[in-house]
Amino acid sequence: MKVGVLALQGDVREHISSLIACGVDPIAVRRPAEIEAIDALVLPGGESTTIAQLSEVFGIYDQLKDRIARGMPVYGSCAGMILLANEILDAKQGQKSFGGLDITVRRNAFGRQVDSFETDIAFEDGSADLIRAVFIRAPWVEKVGTGVQVLASVDSHPVAVRSQTLLATSFHPEITGDYRIHRYFIEEVARPALEKVK
Amino acid sequence: MAEVTGTARVKRGMAEMLKGGVIMDVVNAEQAKIAEDAGAVAVMALERVPADIRAQGGVARMSDPDMIEKIQAAVSIPVMAKARIGHFVEAQVLQSLGVDYIDESEVLTPADYENHIDKWDFTIPFVCGATNLGEALRRINEGAAMIRSKGEAGTGDVSNAMQHMRKIGGEIRRLSSMREDELYVAAKELQAPFALVKEVAETGKLPVVLFTAGGIATPADAALMMSMGADGVFIGSGIFKSGNPAQRAAACVKATTFWDDPKVVADASRGLGEAMVGINVADLPAPHRLAERGW
Repeated sequence: MKVGVLALQGDVREHISSLIACGVDPIAVRRPAEIEAIDALVLPGGESTTIAQLSEVFGIYDQLKDRIARGMPVYGSCAGMILLANEILDAKQGQKSFGGLDITVRRNAFGRQVDSFETDIAFEDGSADLIRAVFIRAPWVEKVGTGVQVLASVDSHPVAVRSQTLLATSFHPEITGDYRIHRYFIEEVARPALEKVK
Repeated sequence: MAEVTGTARVKRGMAEMLKGGVIMDVVNAEQAKIAEDAGAVAVMALERVPADIRAQGGVARMSDPDMIEKIQAAVSIPVMAKARIGHFVEAQVLQSLGVDYIDESEVLTPADYENHIDKWDFTIPFVCGATNLGEALRRINEGAAMIRSKGEAGTGDVSNAMQHMRKIGGEIRRLSSMREDELYVAAKELQAPFALVKEVAETGKLPVVLFTAGGIATPADAALMMSMGADGVFIGSGIFKSGNPAQRAAACVKATTFWDDPKVVADASRGLGEAMVGINVADLPAPHRLAERGW
């Protein structure tokens, strides 16, 4: 499985280390040919407005949108969640997302940096162990469409959701050294989806 | 499920999310919008850009809270603001305004010529300038969650930024090559805590994100700093003191993402109009060099 990490801006390096720890050999992708060559993608944490804009400037916006729509498995953390959402609240005027995940997210929903926090949360992957989750100017999911499953919540706001091929979290597992979410993405989301295609 | 704010991970993590991005100095809401539209990852709200502080002289202080709030209302990206070195009350004020990052900055006139702010005391993270590794580690020891090489602000001359990045990088590489029993003396020479020196020697990098600032005025300058190992760049006077700020800002963002592709940097450099005129650092008398503030 060739897994890419979108490397326009954000904490690309941390996602790459997390994926390596899960036994995959990830590559940083920025160009159309690089994106064409991957089977699955991670959208990193960062500034969603910057990443969306750069994807347009460098001519990969439509390609990504199209590949996601055609079923490429994608995991997005924080900004990545916003980029996967069909609808964004508190967006910058004209802000685009790649979409594909039938959710409505609210940007910076937990507040500004002074409100950023970490906490232990339950993640519905069959394990009872809590996950240390770091929320940085984080979004939350305000509305969930049919076929979207909520995997974790904070104060009754969904903060981890998945559909058939897409996984998104408001928090940043890539900066905690806990690889459970990445492993879940590879083993429970990406691998089954890719095997089905074969 | 206790929610904890202001942890080192939350503060340093915020800087991780800015990596590969450009943070732009802005003095009003209109400039902040231009920066956001150009793809800036954050804006630095201040009353005068460094070039004007330099030209006008006088004591440079924290910005007016009204002006900071207008900028916060105008954009959805993070808003940073500067406090004077050692002026912990300015920092408390900025924290109460809910700015996302505080820059304890040598661009403003220092309030304390001995002590920096005790940054562990704050929920809001701090970025501090450094000209060498020892200075960077002293700031981290005081709680800085992000470091920027200082360069010489407000000049449009990238030579000092280059010098500081080479110095920090060189000192890190030197530590990595040392035997463990040599690190005690290295710590003494760097005037930095042993634990941090040991951590840098082991990991081969700073424990926090390292940006570059001071004198960056063109897309090629931004790409140069990225290729020197910067995680991202601050652009101060370089954008809004140039002929076409919106276009130059977007060009610098592009060049920062594709710093390793000269074709993209070339395209980004086309048709930008006039760059800021600038001042050669060598022509600045020593008392007017901002990088020498802070210790």
